[in-house]
Parts: sequence; structure tokens; C-alpha cells
Amino acid sequence: MTYRNPPTTPRKSATFDDYTLSEIRRAAATGIYDIRGAGAKRKLPHFDDLLFLGASISRYPLEGYRERCDTSVVLGSRHARKPIELKIPITIAGMSFGSLSGPAKEALGRGATLSGTSTTTGDGGMTEEERGHSKQLVYQYLPSRYGMNPRDLRRADAIEVVVGQGAKPGGGGMLLGQKISDRVAEMRTLPKGIDQRSASRHPDWTGPDDLEIKILELREITDWEKPIYVKVGGARPYYDTALAVKAGADVVVVDGMQGGTAATQEVFIENVGQPTLACIRPAVQALQDLGMHRKVQLIVSGGIRNGADVAKALALGVDAVSIGTAALVALGDNDPRWEAEYNALGSTAGAYDDWHEGRDPAGITTQDPELMKRVDPIAAGRRLANYLKVMTLEAQTIARACGKNSLHNLEPEDLVALSIEAAAMAGVPLAGTNWIPGRNGF
Amino acid sequence: MPATTMSKTQREQGHARVFDLSEHSLRELNQALHKLAPGSNETAWEVLNPKGSHSVAVGVDQPVSIDVRGSVGYYCAGMNDGAAITVHGSAGPGVGENMMSGSIVIKGDASQYAGATGRGGLLVIEGNASSRCGISMKGIDIVVHGNIGHMSAFMAQSGNLVVLGDAGDALGDSIYEARLFVRGKVESLGADCIAKEMRPEHIELVQGLLDKAGVTGVKASEFKRYGSARKLYNFNIDNADAY
Repeated sequence: MTYRNPPTTPRKSATFDDYTLSEIRRAAATGIYDIRGAGAKRKLPHFDDLLFLGASISRYPLEGYRERCDTSVVLGSRHARKPIELKIPITIAGMSFGSLSGPAKEALGRGATLSGTSTTTGDGGMTEEERGHSKQLVYQYLPSRYGMNPRDLRRADAIEVVVGQGAKPGGGGMLLGQKISDRVAEMRTLPKGIDQRSASRHPDWTGPDDLEIKILELREITDWEKPIYVKVGGARPYYDTALAVKAGADVVVVDGMQGGTAATQEVFIENVGQPTLACIRPAVQALQDLGMHRKVQLIVSGGIRNGADVAKALALGVDAVSIGTAALVALGDNDPRWEAEYNALGSTAGAYDDWHEGRDPAGITTQDPELMKRVDPIAAGRRLANYLKVMTLEAQTIARACGKNSLHNLEPEDLVALSIEAAAMAGVPLAGTNWIPGRNGF
Repeated sequence: MPATTMSKTQREQGHARVFDLSEHSLRELNQALHKLAPGSNETAWEVLNPKGSHSVAVGVDQPVSIDVRGSVGYYCAGMNDGAAITVHGSAGPGVGENMMSGSIVIKGDASQYAGATGRGGLLVIEGNASSRCGISMKGIDIVVHGNIGHMSAFMAQSGNLVVLGDAGDALGDSIYEARLFVRGKVESLGADCIAKEMRPEHIELVQGLLDKAGVTGVKASEFKRYGSARKLYNFNIDNADAY
């Protein structure tokens, strides 16, 4: 009888994992980088790494369902004659018509309006669907200036100068030819069917000094009525916030790397920019250092999913949050009911991110007339409103437990962190200690 | 009727509403222009002492004539929709940005981004224009009597750019369907921009624009046409070196 040495279990590399190997094979076969939407998918320090302390002997709670907990917020009170008043501190982020179908844009407008909040245009101009169904509509002013015109500027409720977005700070938009329908082409003044690459820089200004003059122009055109937001990707949140304030912004929007996107390179999404959690405290600190906290409002977006995320963001000092991916899911994106069709596209419900290809089974990120019929804007708008209501109730529940009669009274003192990384990023103590990494020389 | 003629006549008749920026604020000027109702009799305006102010006469949406006496800063006549605006001086960056319709005449030189993203109307620069003239243009017509700087007509989508002098480096980089006509030397062409044949319809087009811009003694046949090779319209890995 021969003796066989015991075999080792086959071991896959942590560095060259299955996904990495599949990407190398895909790149070798096609010669082109992978393009997708949906924002960063890697595990990142996030709101899950924070906990609220709740009430105790020294902090007493408010009664749920009885004692009021205010959720309203006013955006743009610094310079605008007509600031935006929202019933809830959760807004809908910019997503373009072109990237999204007309019914999806309408549904976002309906849901936001039912909830007393605002929705936002995107890199494709303002459509009648969303203007007509959005009581409060933020009009994005983007490098491409697709569809930009003074009439729409004046019928917007606020203007958002987009410098960057969290999924791709420094990258422009990308809309592949199959989504450039006749209507999209006309709105963007482009030939039908081309792969459309939006500019990553604004065509007529560069740097903070020019931005100040550009904001002056937009204010002059709109007679100083509209709040002017400046949106940046989560790159250098302290300095970007400070420079936006210096340039005259009423509202600063900071979008972390979990923020979704219509389309860009996977390598860009996963490797450029900072997590949302890492962006908040530097942005708040910049406002506090300038004496502008609560005077210039701060909106944060990127990976907001539930009322706890909302409450944590507000406790860290932001005035409102914005949702994109979560709103699409509420409309019906990645719903398991379309599993067979996701499988046919080589994906599965919950992982589908080829939003740029225009074949979305849920009918949301498409310009296909048949697929987009799957979105009933009234029902989908209702679902979004329900979801926003749940998030708001959840945030109120937490705030009351912390003894706060307004969501905006939540504070960093209400929080602890579960990891050293999160403690350092959020500037709150590691749970069970009084240690805030990076503070007081430690 | 050409804008400059109308305003001059009316001014001589003493009908122009004079707005002195050394006495009134920019806010007052733009507000007064925005309050003009359709059919208003205040059709001729004169702006004195601009002294490099930014955002002079932005967002005007009535067919009035505005004569600005002096040089202006950034974004003069931005988003103009129907007015005939003449700057009797030079203009800073972004003059006539995103113009919808109407006309703008700059008697002097224009800085960078002249006519950026313009969608319609006519922008005439009687001097030279700096870099990025007509960047991302979307339907505007631009006529420059002198030269234009580098990166002009970058990502130009639609409209016509006519240059009587020379063009700088990387003309028409990543151009879409805009048409570029240059009478002088082109330092270099940008990615996907090529020289094209001047066909009779192009001669006619350029002649029409020269006439509208008040250019005399120059023949449309002296211009060369440049436009998109359309090789970068759909991504192809073998073209990656062009980016």
C-alpha cells in the first residue's frame, strides 16, 4: 500500500479573486474598459459603522407618536429671494432625462411632490414630465449645457452648478448611442445614435474666482430669486466647500463615492473619490470655520438608504441628504420580478448596473418605448413617496429617542463609531471609549 | 434691420434710454431690462461707464437694441434671447455665452470662450477672439474679423464659425456637426477635425454670414471649411490614440 500525502484544499488568491480574474478575461477579450452605473460597490466605511447612543439618565427621550419632531428645512436663505422650503430633509438627486426614461422622471417628480421635497434635472435638460410633476425642481447647470436656456432657468426653483459627482469626480457624462433616441438627440443638439461624451469641465469658467463671476451671472439672469447650489464630488470636501461658499453658493452639495451614476468606467467608480462618511465632517468643518454653518446649507449624498442614514448624516452637521440609487430602487429598479430578464442580460436582480445600455428590464434607465411602459408613473411615484415617508419616520424615531424635537438638533455627541476608521472619519468616539482618532494628538 | 443701424438712428433722435453704471447698479440695469414687456416702446438702450463690469445685459429676452459704451468684463449679453447688443469696446470671457437668438457685436477684441454653448443668433467680433472661441457651440453663428486662439470650437455641436484671420492650435477638437470656415492659416486641427470641400452651398452660407456681419471686400471663396471626420462618434478601441 502506497502512502499519499494529504492534499491541500485548492486556494484562490485574495488579490486575484474571481471578480478580478473575470475582469482580466473580459478586458483581454474586448479591448475596452468596463462601463457601468450604480456607484462604488466595494465595502467602504459607512453610516453602518456609526451608532446612536439614545437616551439615558442624563438625556431624556421624547414620546413617539405624541411629541413633535420637526423635519422641515429651508435651503438657500443666504442670498436667494425665494429659498426652497422642504417638509423633509431628503431630496431627489440629479438624474438626466436620457439616462432615465420620461415616465421614470415623471415618477420621481410625483413622489417628491407628494412628500414635500424637491427633485433635480440632470445632464439632458428639463423635460415637461418633470417640470409639470415637480412642485420644487432643481435645475442642474452642467459642463455640457445640454438643453440649457434662460426660460428653463427662470422656471426652475433652484439652480445647481455641477462641478462634479461622487461616482466620478473629474469625469464627464457618458451616454451610449443606443440611448440617443430622436428626443434625446434633439434636446442635446447631437446626431442620433452617437456615443455622447459630456465634457468634464465647464466651457466658460475654471477655478473658484471664475465660479464666483458665473454665479453672479446666473443670479442676474434670474433676478436673485433662485437658490444657487454648487455640487462637488467627494474629492477635497474641506476646500471645495470653502471655495463654494467663497464663490457665493447658497447651498453646497457634497456627493460621496457611493453615489450612483448613469455610466462611467468601473475603474473610475471604484478608485476615485472619497466615501460619503469621510466627506461630511471636513465639509461641516469648513462651514463652521467660515461662520457659515446653517447659513449656507449642506446637502450630502451617496449611499443614503434609510432613516438611520439620514439621522446620522444630520447628526454630523448636514442640513439635508439626497438620494438617487435608492429612489430608483423604490421606483422598481433591480426588482426580482424581472429576474429572468436580468439573467438573460448576464446579471441578476440586485446586481444589474448596465444602466447605460438602455435595456433595463424595469423600464427606468432606458429610452426603449416598450420597456419604459413598465413604469407606471403614478404607482411608481406613490412607492417613492411611501419610501420617503418611511425614511422620515425612521429618522424621527431615532431623533426622539435621542431627545430631539427636530431632526436638525441631532449632533455628533449622539453618536459613537464601531471602527477606528469610522471614528476618525466622522470625528466621533470609538464605541466604549472617549477616543476620537486624530484629535488631541492621538 | 441690422442692430447697430437701428440703435444709431434712434439714438440720434434722442429716444434711447440711457443707463449710467457709474450712477446705477448692475442689478438695476438687468432688472430694468428683464421688466420690459413684449411690445414695449423702450426699444433702444445705451449703457455708459461699464468699466469692465461683469454680466452686463444678461438674460435679455426682448427685441431691443443695447449699445454699451466701453469695455465689459465676463459674460456680457449672456443667454441673450432676441436683443441686438453692441459693445463699443472689448469684451471679457464668455461674451454671449449660451445666446438663444438676436445679435451681439463686439467692436474691439473678445477674451476666451466667446459664444460658448450658443444656441442661436449671430455673434460678431470685429477684433480678435482669444482661445476657446465657440466652445461647445450648439447652433450659434459666429463671425470673427481677426484671429481666434487655441482650442476654438472644442466639442462644437452645431452652428457656424467664420474666421477672417488665422486660427490657433487644435481647432475643432472633438467636433460634432458644427461648421468652421477659416480664411487664414490654421495652426493645427484637433482630434477628429478635418479640412473639407467648400461646396456651393457653403460659399452661399459664408457669403450670407459675411453680409449679416457687415464684412465687405472679402469673398466667401477665400475660406476653407473644416468639420468632423465623425470617426470618434462611436467608441472604437483602435481609435483610442486619438483621444
